[in-house]
Amino acid sequence: MTAKTKSDGIQPKIEMTGLVKSFGTKNVLRGVDLCVNPQESLVLIGTSGCGKSVTLKCLLGLIVADGGSIKVDGAEILGADRGTLERMRRRFGMTFQFGALFDSMPIWENVTFRLRQEQKMKRGVARDLAAETITQLGLAPQVIDQYPAELSGGMQKRVALARAIADKPEILLFDEPTSGLDPITGGVIDRLIIDAVKRLGATTMTISHDMASVRRIADKVAMIHDGVIIWCGPVSEMDKSGVPEVDQFVHGRAEGPLTKAAQDAARHG
Amino acid sequence: MTSFLQNIGRAMLGFLAAFGRISLFTVDAVKWTVLPPYYLRQLSRQMLDIGYFSLPVVGLTTLFSGMVLALQSYTGFARFSAEDTVATVVVLSVTRELGPVLAGLMVAGRIGASMAAEIGTMRVTDQIDALDTLSTRPMQYLVAPRILAGTICLPFLVLIGDLIGVFGGYLVGVYRLGFNPSVYLARTMEYLEFSDVTLGLVKAAVFGFLIALMGCYHGYHSGRGAEGVGRATTNAVVSSSILILISNYLVTALFFG
Repeated sequence: MTAKTKSDGIQPKIEMTGLVKSFGTKNVLRGVDLCVNPQESLVLIGTSGCGKSVTLKCLLGLIVADGGSIKVDGAEILGADRGTLERMRRRFGMTFQFGALFDSMPIWENVTFRLRQEQKMKRGVARDLAAETITQLGLAPQVIDQYPAELSGGMQKRVALARAIADKPEILLFDEPTSGLDPITGGVIDRLIIDAVKRLGATTMTISHDMASVRRIADKVAMIHDGVIIWCGPVSEMDKSGVPEVDQFVHGRAEGPLTKAAQDAARHG
Repeated sequence: MTSFLQNIGRAMLGFLAAFGRISLFTVDAVKWTVLPPYYLRQLSRQMLDIGYFSLPVVGLTTLFSGMVLALQSYTGFARFSAEDTVATVVVLSVTRELGPVLAGLMVAGRIGASMAAEIGTMRVTDQIDALDTLSTRPMQYLVAPRILAGTICLPFLVLIGDLIGVFGGYLVGVYRLGFNPSVYLARTMEYLEFSDVTLGLVKAAVFGFLIALMGCYHGYHSGRGAEGVGRATTNAVVSSSILILISNYLVTALFFG
């Protein structure tokens, strides 16, 4: 299975080619090739510190890649000017690993932040929209007046999801959406993601270590290891990839090729 | 010898790199204070925090500084029978020097630290990246209003601090040292010039700018975790305090000629 899977005749929504990024002497990405088709859900897996979050941040231009190519709907965004990047980001929604909700704002302002900033949405309309969005995600409408610190981890994840989907983006990025949650809440978040993505018809890229979650939300899975994509294919073929690293990761085995790499990484920082 | 020179070179390169980073950050920050959109709610929140909530600490500092200045100058001037200059010394010292510098240092401790901690926490919890993904420029949303608020509010704060400091000197002069109230007030106004007050206010604007700039810069470039935010906070207070003292001399020298 090649790292890039491109369906014939379909213009990929996201296409990364030979993406390279180093921090000092540490080469985090050494040529990542990835392709996500429209309305496809790709999950990126890999050991901690292998460069999954860096890949997502490069896609959004939050980190500038050293080389390679990133295309969204065929348009190159690596090296694009600030204005192009800002316009491109309007098409994205993202949830961060720890929510990244704005502490100083109540939930309704968090959820409708972009709409309020860009479209000057009125307070009353924004509050109604926030209440509607979080209700769809299983939260009580009264939550809109609370602050992030008053919510549990699971509720914060739902609010982060609400913020990401509030203005109906074309592409959704999820950085470990179920990390730190109990399996039941994690399952609920997965279901909400699937429902929201289906409703929006969005293309998604998700980072996850949670294999149960991966099986639920992924159409396609890509594994990143040592700065490159070592396997990419349909989730149904993940168990028979024939790649020892993928096999070890998917089955969570302590012994295997990833263990030595993790030990080396720990030794060398 | 070689390693000694290497160390000097390394330190010099480190200094120049930091200077370059701060310069670029300053240019970017100033640019976004001018260009729209303007985040007036953020600006008013910062102005309230810097201007209003710093009043008690600045007021107390300048009050007791004015009081102790009256006592100390009386002790000194009594030795050559120049006690009647106490009011003049108090008002000139407070407006030209003590008011802006003490207010600046107190605000650096209070506001510089809180800006660095707030922005630093936003950095380590990905809130700054989240702003970017929500099509809002962090420099414009977080940094520009703080810098504008610092530059605008500190002169007002210092003006009020000046009044309180002079009032402190008056209290000691009249009730402790036995000056006639109307004579003390007349002496206070007699040699005070408009330029004495404006010099203090110009200094205050410069200090306000530097405090906000350092608070934002160190917070924005905060390292990871609680340790990183703690270090950013310390660096913000230390660097803004040092810059206040250096710029105090430079502004005074500029107006001196």
